[in-house]
Amino acid sequence: MAAEALGWWGVPLGIMAGTLRGSAPFLFVSLGECLTEKSGKINLGLEGTLLTGAMSAYAVSYQLKDVVGPGLSPWIGVLVAGIAGMALGFIHAWLSQQPKVNDIAVGIAMIIFGSGIAFFFGKPFIKPQAPQLLTFDLGNWSSLPQVQSALKISPLFLLGLIIAPAMAWFFKSTRWGLFIRAVGDSPDAALAMGVSIKKVRMLCIIAGSFLAGIGGACLSLYYPGLWSETISSGQGLMAVALVIFARWNPIQCLWASLFFGGAQAIGPALQSVGIDQGRYLFNAAPYVLTLLIMIITCSPKKTLSGAPGALGTIN
Amino acid sequence: MSTKRSLYLPRRQVIRGILATAAFGATSKLWTGCSSTPEGASGPGGDASPTAEGGKPIVIGFIYNAPKDDYGWNQAQATGAAAIASIAGIKIVEQESVPETKEVQEVMRNMIEQDSATVIIPTSFGYFDPHVLQVAKDYPEVQFFHSGTLWKEGLPKNVGSYFALVDEGQYLAGRIAAQASKSGKIGFVGAKPINPVLRNINSFMLGVRSVKPNVKMQVIFTGDWSLPVKEAEATNSLVDQGADVIAVHVDSPKVVIETAEKRGVLSSGFHSDQSALAPKGYLTGTMYNWGTIHKKYVELLKSGKTLMNGGIPHQVIGGIAEDYISLATFGPAVTDAIKKDVEATKAKIVDGSTVVYTGPIKDNGGAVKIPGGKKYPVTAQELTQIDWLAEGVSGKTS
Repeated sequence: MAAEALGWWGVPLGIMAGTLRGSAPFLFVSLGECLTEKSGKINLGLEGTLLTGAMSAYAVSYQLKDVVGPGLSPWIGVLVAGIAGMALGFIHAWLSQQPKVNDIAVGIAMIIFGSGIAFFFGKPFIKPQAPQLLTFDLGNWSSLPQVQSALKISPLFLLGLIIAPAMAWFFKSTRWGLFIRAVGDSPDAALAMGVSIKKVRMLCIIAGSFLAGIGGACLSLYYPGLWSETISSGQGLMAVALVIFARWNPIQCLWASLFFGGAQAIGPALQSVGIDQGRYLFNAAPYVLTLLIMIITCSPKKTLSGAPGALGTIN
Repeated sequence: MSTKRSLYLPRRQVIRGILATAAFGATSKLWTGCSSTPEGASGPGGDASPTAEGGKPIVIGFIYNAPKDDYGWNQAQATGAAAIASIAGIKIVEQESVPETKEVQEVMRNMIEQDSATVIIPTSFGYFDPHVLQVAKDYPEVQFFHSGTLWKEGLPKNVGSYFALVDEGQYLAGRIAAQASKSGKIGFVGAKPINPVLRNINSFMLGVRSVKPNVKMQVIFTGDWSLPVKEAEATNSLVDQGADVIAVHVDSPKVVIETAEKRGVLSSGFHSDQSALAPKGYLTGTMYNWGTIHKKYVELLKSGKTLMNGGIPHQVIGGIAEDYISLATFGPAVTDAIKKDVEATKAKIVDGSTVVYTGPIKDNGGAVKIPGGKKYPVTAQELTQIDWLAEGVSGKTS
């Protein structure tokens, strides 16, 4: 039972809690897209991958709960979500690397395909309740139930927190990271180095889609924790845009994801303390802010800093 | 990466392909031309009343705008469909996730032409205008029962509406919530501030205040019918603010009920029975008994009555007295004393001595919206004009 009302403190707490709960899908999809785009290809289809991941994680978690127990089955679900993502990623990678194929067009087709697959196979899983992932209760020091509930953190979110700096390090300091950057920035130079452009891009897209699939598992197995056809409500597409916002930098992807995750909570948190005026504006706040940041940081004199050079070119 | 070898098509193959497509097109067109005449639209001479002549079943087509097991509106409708599916002489066909666009017209036409449906039940609000009206004009012998209150005099003869009014159910649910709440604060997650949602909120609140006049309610509108993340966020925010009962009006209450259960608070559902989702915290909720209406329709249809010959009323509407709505399975927090109170209040509503909208009723700004002495039964036209929130509800309609 909730002890007492928090009043105005509920707003920052709600936004903080919303950040911790809601940003994991953004984080995984944007990291996946960051990896993909660093190699010079765009995968818009991650929205479809997100949905397929959410559906397959939920389905597997539900189907296996009697076989392996409700403790383990969500984890297998997470893994299967990643693998389902890889399968979609493979299709995208293969199609988008055919001669004269535009990766954006393929991506749009993959959104429709991925969501179609998810809706088709997801029909029987709308109703049942699947076992959820465990959470770490980091709020037990507090006597306030609101704080305790806000600090129930998903291990997947922590995993994302680790992956972001790891990816930044990977790009910066490893040989493979160099290959990916070379392929993305200057395919000719990479070819001269003896790196197979196709293989690198294939692996990057598949790995990126794996992450996006796990992002879907966050949605269906952690928060909000169910499978429904509207579960993503465009989060996959937003995460793709986040990568541009974050200038193809994994660490900034992390901040951007936290920002967007928290922004989802602004509207409800303000309404709960009775601020109703302009709730549509609050709900649109993240988009308005994004536009503002884009406008402020853009300059007509130079291209976007950090953009991989080969991005958007056709093989 | 050789760009020279593009797709090479020999001329002969192209011609062959075109010929084959043309031949297929011609035959398939002929084909449908042959079969649709005897099956679908019977000629103007034949009496097309959908009675079960010669053991031929009456085919009823149900159309839903989302999956039919979403614990919400569509599940309620599908439960109603299932209630008549086993009746002899009735065959039902169903299609889910049909958007409120031209696609629903195609679905209706397919049901009529291919499944030879003579009765169509489109269950979503937005199907009606212009889609149902359009198709109804083209198939004057097929009957359309739309779920809503949109039927008016002057529309095609073969169109009717059926609807259940939830005010009385929500009033009872509100009374239960008030008695079960300890903090005296109730949260409500609504989709949009439109009349049906506002009426739902107000009826609930009137029920709450008929027991405890000091209870406050906080409303959060998520902005759309299905936004799972926002719904969960809204529920969490309300619980953070001390609400210990969460009521809901969105397409599928599953997220809200589950989130409330996780937070250890009570919840009151809507549309259909969600007691399985929250074995600890679920109180009850108003659920639709569409089966009652559908069974009545089937009875009339089987005896040869139609909308066109006036045997079936064009507008079927009712509340708890007609058993078009009822309360879902009570959760463990509903004590025997509360159950007794519900029974007593329900009896009073059924016999008409308690009317939900009995004046004076003020809105949350203090203005008197229904003057003292006025009583509006749930079917009253005035209630469809409600665009305010009742006293004690904090929230704004715009």
